[in-house]
Amino acid sequence: MIRFSHVSKEYAKTGPALQDVSFQLGKGEFAFLTGPSGAGKSTILKLLYLEERPSRGEIRVAGLTASSIRGNGVAALRRRLGIVFQDFRLLEDRTAEQNVAFALEVTGARPETIGPKVSRLLTQVGLSSKSNALPRELSGGEQQRVAIARALANDPVVLLADEPTGNLDERATRGVFQLLRDINAAGTAVLMATHDLDLVRRANLRTLEVNRGQLVFDTADGGEGRAGEGA
Amino acid sequence: MRLAFREALDAFRRAPVLSALSITTIAFSLFAFGLFGLVALNIRNALQQVEDRVEIRAFVIDGTGAEAVSAALGDIGAFPEVATVRYVSQFDALARARRELGEFSDVFEEGILPASIEVRLKPGLRDPATVRGISRRIETYDFIDDVRFGEEWVEKLYRLRNIATIAGIALGTVFAIVAVIIIGSTIRMAVLARAREISIMRLVGATDGFIRAPFLIEGFLKGTLGGILALGLAWVTTAILGRFVIVTEFFSPGLALTGILAGALIGLLGSAFSVGRHLSRA
Repeated sequence: MIRFSHVSKEYAKTGPALQDVSFQLGKGEFAFLTGPSGAGKSTILKLLYLEERPSRGEIRVAGLTASSIRGNGVAALRRRLGIVFQDFRLLEDRTAEQNVAFALEVTGARPETIGPKVSRLLTQVGLSSKSNALPRELSGGEQQRVAIARALANDPVVLLADEPTGNLDERATRGVFQLLRDINAAGTAVLMATHDLDLVRRANLRTLEVNRGQLVFDTADGGEGRAGEGA
Repeated sequence: MRLAFREALDAFRRAPVLSALSITTIAFSLFAFGLFGLVALNIRNALQQVEDRVEIRAFVIDGTGAEAVSAALGDIGAFPEVATVRYVSQFDALARARRELGEFSDVFEEGILPASIEVRLKPGLRDPATVRGISRRIETYDFIDDVRFGEEWVEKLYRLRNIATIAGIALGTVFAIVAVIIIGSTIRMAVLARAREISIMRLVGATDGFIRAPFLIEGFLKGTLGGILALGLAWVTTAILGRFVIVTEFFSPGLALTGILAGALIGLLGSAFSVGRHLSRA
């Protein structure tokens, strides 16, 4: 599903952000991506959704080789990914329902299929009763659920989540995490960047740890139980 | 496409103040350009009217036979530069002088004014060099006493016309560039105001073409509305001037439509440029 082979990323101004990172994430797998701020977690995610291009190495996502994707191929790849951010990135002047529908409209879904799909997605994330609320009328946890519903709109094969619980209280964090687990259980691979070590320890799932641009630990290679120790 | 139209119209609804500001800015830029255009148009018309009066008058020696004159009229009429050629007999000259001078009509006696051949040149060929050339050719007929065309006057007129044309092109270009820059930045502001929306559209997998479409429609609509508003302002200005100062000519329907289309085109290009730059950076 995802394969990083010896990937490095350097920025002209700030120098190396990732150095020789290799890992794989299989179909339907769940993995945490942990590490301190600035370690390279977001860079890995940006490379996956082609916001950035690697300086060296090869990346394969959802069956496509990143280096060969140009122009509208980027949009085509993103339709196979779901992306969720810490700051939700919802359109403030549109309701929950419209925010989710937006993802379907801009990818050219047939108009008659949009309404039923949006209500199914909002039900899935537990927000069917708030479909007409604007983002400012929703709590942080609820806003993140809308963002997740939007990320699921195009039936992604991989869900990339960049600190999805970073702005949430503990209860909302648990709710959103459970939702991601449910989505994963239904067959979508999930790569979740987080520095919430309690959450990582409790979940006891595969963990990739990056530090200073290098992959320093992967529970898939080195057994269990060390997640977060170096952070 | 339907969605692109809806998004473009929604942009007006969601940010009415910014939209109104953009349209007003476009309108005032085009209005300034339009006012300048009107001044240029009226100067050109005034010069055209004066130029239409450029004529060569060749005086015929008394007692010249009708056949010689008529043969010359045929020759001169066949010059490619000549639009019309006309013989004015002594009698006609007197009648015209009496008509034009009204109360002094009785000072003229029959035979005091010579007969003449009056030549008008085709539009665009009334420049000093051509007028002088034709005059010299007419002078070669031996029954021609003198040829006059107001040499100094024609030269002055042409100098004035050249200055007006050069000043018109230079100032017009500057006004047009200023209008394009102002309109471009206005649209850029609209694009930046929706930068977040654009980044979200890209993240959920919208193609660049899809993202661009609503902005292009929005730019086109703003440009068209700005053009119509500018035309309205120019019309009101012309009407007020006409009532209190001087009656001037307004744009012909064709020119007015061209102005609106220019507004639409500037809006469209400004949007295309601003969105394109934004998309290539992001």
